[in-house]
Amino acid sequence: MIWDSTMLNALARLLIFPGLLFAVPAAWYFLWVERKAVALMQGRVGPPFMQPFFDFIKLLGKTTPPRSGLGGLLMRAWPLIAVSAAAGAVGLLPVLPSSGGFEGDLILLLALLELPSMCIIAAGFSSRSIFGEIGSAREAVLSVAYNVVFLLAIVSVAASQHTFRLEALAQLPASPLRWLGVIAILVCLPAKLHLNPFSLPNAEQEIYSGPMVEYAGPELAMWELSHGLEWVAATGLVATLAAPHIAIWWLAAIVFVGFMFAIVIGLSALASATARLAIDTTVRFYWQCTLIFAVLAISSALFMRFRS
Amino acid sequence: MKLWNKLMCYSRRHSPWLFHMNSGSCNGCDIELVASLTPRYDAEQLGVRLEGSPRHADILCITGPVTHNAVNAIKTVYDQVCGPKAVVAIGSCPATTNVFIDSRTLDGPLNKHIPVDVFVPGCPPRPDAIIQGVAKAAEILAARGMNPPATELSITNVSGAAPNPEVQP
Repeated sequence: MIWDSTMLNALARLLIFPGLLFAVPAAWYFLWVERKAVALMQGRVGPPFMQPFFDFIKLLGKTTPPRSGLGGLLMRAWPLIAVSAAAGAVGLLPVLPSSGGFEGDLILLLALLELPSMCIIAAGFSSRSIFGEIGSAREAVLSVAYNVVFLLAIVSVAASQHTFRLEALAQLPASPLRWLGVIAILVCLPAKLHLNPFSLPNAEQEIYSGPMVEYAGPELAMWELSHGLEWVAATGLVATLAAPHIAIWWLAAIVFVGFMFAIVIGLSALASATARLAIDTTVRFYWQCTLIFAVLAISSALFMRFRS
Repeated sequence: MKLWNKLMCYSRRHSPWLFHMNSGSCNGCDIELVASLTPRYDAEQLGVRLEGSPRHADILCITGPVTHNAVNAIKTVYDQVCGPKAVVAIGSCPATTNVFIDSRTLDGPLNKHIPVDVFVPGCPPRPDAIIQGVAKAAEILAARGMNPPATELSITNVSGAAPNPEVQP
């Protein structure tokens, strides 16, 4: 019976809240907020509210080019893997303070967040297009550059609270080392979400949208959805770590979504205010960040160890 | 099923993604097409997005009088756009070959090679005219769905000029 209730709880978290039923509309909503915010900052009116939903439905109704053999099968599989990984990452977020069910720690969340970008790299190479391959190579280099900072941030968050468990992290009060980790994650988010200063893997002016160049119809719809889910998961991770712990569940959910919204607006402002950087500048920026955060994290960890 | 078709029709009308192709244009129409996305005209209100890859696009926007070199490229790109698709010919050049008529370097007009749905005449057409043409193409796309393109032409006559009616595919 206990197994049954945990199983039900896990399914509810994965499928209803914060899983698919919440995450898919939230993904479309955040895609719209991003486009609308960029439009408003450029002095335009921007797309209507339901735009990402219409785009998704329209893409579902388009044909795809014929794909044969193992390569074609792989090309069909990558977007589906990316969507399920991103949806799993959203399902892991401890929005409601309920224990049990679909549980995981920071390391699982990290792996699930990294899987879509791995799928993008693989998709570009299996499309056999020269533009796709260039885009995939750029994505790979970018991922090596920012992931060091990202891992460092996760380690410093975990070290500050002596736990990797997400539920525990959401309930414990924040420490200076955790704020350092949150700032480091925020620095990585534009690269993780392919936003403007670091949008070079899918540069539509130079390399015809990079790894996505051969994708069409429902497959492209899945990529759009996985991008939206990545938005929800990544901003949700920051909101989990930064939002104050509130006992009333509905207030906690509102504060959580409010934090996510604020991060989306901030990232859109950054995206509309900057131009795309070259690959060497990007890599240098992230390695310098790595150095700064490494020194700060290790010194504050040592300081905390000696004080306690 | 009927509801799904209605939703699909509505979505196709509200989310036209463009791919822009130059077939030997003087760059005048290309500038005007990009101008229709700027804050002054803001075509994104209609859900328009300029895409980098023809695979992502619904509407193929072609400028220029179709030079010999461009013919094969146009046919290839037209085949790369996944169905349902529509073609908008922007400017007087793809409609009539304009002032370059009888040039030995040309193989125009455009509808000799691919079925064109909307002509937007003008040299260059105003961004308003281009947006109106794209909106009309999106309507045609939604009404047509997966059926093959019709043979009759639709002319978006905003700036006063019209393509030569004698030129038929």
